[in-house]
Amino acid sequence: MTVPSLSTVPKQEPAAETQTEREKMVIIAASGDLDKAWPVLILATTGAAYGMEVTVFFTFWGLGILKKPDAGVTGDDWRQKLLSIFNRGTTEHLNLSKLNFAGMGPRMMKDLADKHKVASVQELLTLAQEMGVKMWPCQMTMTLMGMEREDLIDGLDVPAGAGAAISLMKQSTINLFI
Amino acid sequence: MADVTVDARGLQCPMPIIKLSQALGLAAVGDTIELISTDRGSCTDVPAWTADMGHVLKEQIEQDGEFRFLIQKV
Repeated sequence: MTVPSLSTVPKQEPAAETQTEREKMVIIAASGDLDKAWPVLILATTGAAYGMEVTVFFTFWGLGILKKPDAGVTGDDWRQKLLSIFNRGTTEHLNLSKLNFAGMGPRMMKDLADKHKVASVQELLTLAQEMGVKMWPCQMTMTLMGMEREDLIDGLDVPAGAGAAISLMKQSTINLFI
Repeated sequence: MADVTVDARGLQCPMPIIKLSQALGLAAVGDTIELISTDRGSCTDVPAWTADMGHVLKEQIEQDGEFRFLIQKV
């Protein structure tokens, strides 16, 4: 590998971006399943690689993906507390939508991913943040489930609602609900 | 000869494209980037990405189970 010529200033933006405003991509991440979180982050990072301005809106069970590992029991209401115990979230405790087998399924899936060098959900989440993917936690879900901003990982955008999501989706080229 | 070589052997979707996009972001206009991948999906992903981004795919060869792409940054 040789060092690129220094006579030209390296161009950071992909060629297509110079002409127009960046295209937008929005993903609504509504599921806390491992097999849904994975494609959400694969598509988000690939969208970013396409030079698109990618926003992922995390709502309902999808919000669990953004939980901090040490969030613990959240909320004041006993039902919220119960929810947070049974829905531990974080990228570590996501279940498979089928063949979960009390956690054995996800473990096997993760071992296979390791073996075949498929990037993990956590690696893709970190990568997405590094690539500038915007992450919006759903404010209503936070309220419903008794989660505070400090229960979620760092580097997120301001919690938002359906209005902001629709406004963005109206201008967006690719909109996905996963 | 390529200016930069991106070795994505062993990596799966979407990592070859991510690595390629990162290398192109750092490269100068006119530079050629060589991408080596073992992910068969790259055979469709790399031409699609390169064309969509307005770069030029100068070469695409399969050799001993490896896929080599030569991309020129526009």
